[in-house]
Amino acid sequence: MNVLFDNFWALLGIKLLLIVLVVMTTALVVIYAELKLGAHFQHRIGPYFAGGRWGWAQPLADALKFLQKEDIIPAAADRVVFKAAPMVSLMAYFAVVVIIPFSPRLVVQDLDVGIFYALAAGSLGTLGVLMAGWSSANKYSLMGGLRAAAQLIAYELPLVLAVVGVVIQAGTMSMVGIVEAQAEPAFHLGSVGIPLPFVLQGQLIGFIIFMIAMLAELSRTPFDLPMAESELVMGYLTEYSGLRFTMFFLAEYAGIFVMSALVSTLFLGGYFLPGLPSNVFGPVILMGKTSVIIFLIIWFRWTWPRVREDQLQGFAWRWLVPLALANLAVTATLKVVF
Amino acid sequence: MTMDPRAAMHHSEVAVSVELQTPDMTLNLGPQHPSTHGVLRLVAQVDGERVESVEPVVGYMHRGYEKLAEVRTYPQITALVNRIDWTSGFANEIAFVVGAERLMGIEAPPRAQWIRLILTEMARMANHLVFVSSYPLELGATTPMFYALHERERVLDLIEGVTGGRFHPNFNRIGGVKPAAGGGSSQKKLAQDLPKGFIDETRFAMEKVFEICDTMDKLIVGNEIFRGRTIGVGVIPPDQALAYGVSGPNMRATGIDFDIRKVDDYLPYSEFDFDVPVGENGDCFDRYMMRLHEIRQSARIILQALDTLPSGPLQAKVPRIIKIPRGEIYVRSENPKGEMGYHIISEGGRGPYRLKVRTASFSNLSVLQWLLAGVLIPDIIAILGSLDFVLGDVDR
Amino acid sequence: MARFKIPGVFVGMGVTLKYLFKKVPTVQYPVEKEVPVPRARGVIALDTDACTVCMLCARECPDWCIYIEGHKEEQPPSKPGGRARTRATLDRFDIDYALCMYCGICVEVCPFDALFWSPEYEYSEGDIGAMLHGKERLSEWLETVPDPPALES
Repeated sequence: MNVLFDNFWALLGIKLLLIVLVVMTTALVVIYAELKLGAHFQHRIGPYFAGGRWGWAQPLADALKFLQKEDIIPAAADRVVFKAAPMVSLMAYFAVVVIIPFSPRLVVQDLDVGIFYALAAGSLGTLGVLMAGWSSANKYSLMGGLRAAAQLIAYELPLVLAVVGVVIQAGTMSMVGIVEAQAEPAFHLGSVGIPLPFVLQGQLIGFIIFMIAMLAELSRTPFDLPMAESELVMGYLTEYSGLRFTMFFLAEYAGIFVMSALVSTLFLGGYFLPGLPSNVFGPVILMGKTSVIIFLIIWFRWTWPRVREDQLQGFAWRWLVPLALANLAVTATLKVVF
Repeated sequence: MTMDPRAAMHHSEVAVSVELQTPDMTLNLGPQHPSTHGVLRLVAQVDGERVESVEPVVGYMHRGYEKLAEVRTYPQITALVNRIDWTSGFANEIAFVVGAERLMGIEAPPRAQWIRLILTEMARMANHLVFVSSYPLELGATTPMFYALHERERVLDLIEGVTGGRFHPNFNRIGGVKPAAGGGSSQKKLAQDLPKGFIDETRFAMEKVFEICDTMDKLIVGNEIFRGRTIGVGVIPPDQALAYGVSGPNMRATGIDFDIRKVDDYLPYSEFDFDVPVGENGDCFDRYMMRLHEIRQSARIILQALDTLPSGPLQAKVPRIIKIPRGEIYVRSENPKGEMGYHIISEGGRGPYRLKVRTASFSNLSVLQWLLAGVLIPDIIAILGSLDFVLGDVDR
Repeated sequence: MARFKIPGVFVGMGVTLKYLFKKVPTVQYPVEKEVPVPRARGVIALDTDACTVCMLCARECPDWCIYIEGHKEEQPPSKPGGRARTRATLDRFDIDYALCMYCGICVEVCPFDALFWSPEYEYSEGDIGAMLHGKERLSEWLETVPDPPALES
């Protein structure tokens, strides 16, 4: 065993395999949750027959069906970019999982610049979308890709600014450090120290901004303009089929999981819950918090219409960025004062 | 100072294009596109997200009803015309049947007229329920569809219970409503009256319809995103509406108080107390609200009609083989989508010499080219959806 | 002071949440089935004994999807010494359901009560030719014709 763990490459291989497994399975679970919850939000049953009870095997069956489909590359497409785009998209979210701590020890790599790395890697997903849109040689795809790029530029800023508030309060950029900062007592009630997650420690506005910007990054309703199916047919996905479509599809839901886990870690205390040993229950706690966020995202999707491109930009630049800056200023001031 | 937003938009665009001259892109929306309600084709010249001009191309669904009617008999035509606008099949039959009756100089007995009126309002309700639920779909909200279509199914079930068909009732006959039940042989020639329990079921369904209207109010109308997408978008001023022949809820949204139900007497609407909702701005939001209010008004009319339902025969005396004397007539009706009219020209035969169908959707669509110049691509869909057209009604 | 109003986006979320816990009205078709109303126009049934091959239905059909052939048959006189009568016999009575638009005119015009509506609807076929129902198939539907519904007074 030790031989295996001491070897750098072997360890890396194991870790990578683990990440792929975790992300893939959770993506499937998120897809199932979306299908089933979405159905019930809409007053219907949703998956029912696949896999026996409650259609639990529906995402698997879907994936299997997509794998059998013909892999079509349009004649006018930029073949290399077209093929690379889904991989870039999926890889970006795998890269983020690397730094998410599931417990104090269960983390692939606790980087000093953890959150910085996560944000940088996470935005690569949108690059994949832009590549897909550009290389498809389809006007709808192109518009979808460009919308995604515009969205990324507009919402990356408030997203980062919201995170900076957390970083200031925690005093570290390491993900484990941020969770540990939330595990420390925020105030004392008599002799009992009460730890509070950052969302209750004055980062409520940051949390809201992060949630909104995250929806835009993931191009989820109400910011699902890149693939607005009633306008752009399927946006950047129009020309994709088969395996490549599946990869985009998985990337979308892996993205939801990853970003939700990121929110839980940054604002909701991550793997920490007062009274439960983090070493044992860490993963469960994190998954619980993540599920709440995922439920919210799904709930938004099945209730709200979609905003328009100019409204999306106006909202980001007129409201979110100033608000995030104000939040940042207040946080920094308070940090200096106390 | 009030400036025409269109002019202002154009103004700012000119200023931009001094800096950056880019060629326009031709974006072909349809004929196979999820938001064109069938096979409408829009050839749009776009500059980024901005639409320079749009040319609607219709005719992909031309079924030649007007020509077909020339070689069919009058009873056969009633079976055909309810397919023109399939979301409100029953309402399509009315104007044609009333026109034929007027040419023959007969009138349907009161009970038949009442039943016609009830079912017409149900068709209007079914049509508007589809609209109020599918319009948010164009804007990305998928959920209202499922809520409202469930209630619409109730209404369609009621129509089916009476007529035997959900979409294509073919229930009106010249001189009344459908005579033959097609059940057991002894009762076959009995008039096809309302089935037992219809009145109670309708009352219940109307309650549900009022409920779903309130749900839509909460779910969609109050939603800030929806309001942002629709208020001030696709404004049709009253004079343009008149110039292009826009009719129905689309016209009333512009502030023109005109409803054929109030001014004509093709059905006994004068007996009932109902309001005609009139909008103010003529934007997408007003057009949406018109339909939502009209559902409520239709329910009011139906409830009143159930209370005052007269008894009596369902058929006036008509000859076995229907021949219409030489003459011509134009009869219009207030269909869910707007004014629908039939110009019947008879040469005295068993079928019309010429049948001109004036459909609401076609005239409503003609405003598109003017309306869509200078909007954003997402607004194309928002405006298109708000006009509430059906391609069968456009191309006939 | 103006009352605080919940933003419309969240009111809408309340509506969807309420529906999340409502009972679903879905009818899982092949397993459960809805009962069609008695007047539903599902399929046309033929009473071959009542048919006199008068061709009215075929002539009135708006899309001419009824095909009828028949011949006259000598009948023995009803009482001895009487005149021999001829009776029309049905050879072929086909309805092409691929063409039929379910308007019901044929049922209505039949003067001898030979055609009926049945609410049965499960007769879809993989082959368009199989949608042509012959007179045997059409008379099988006769059993499924319901009694007409009671009427509202």
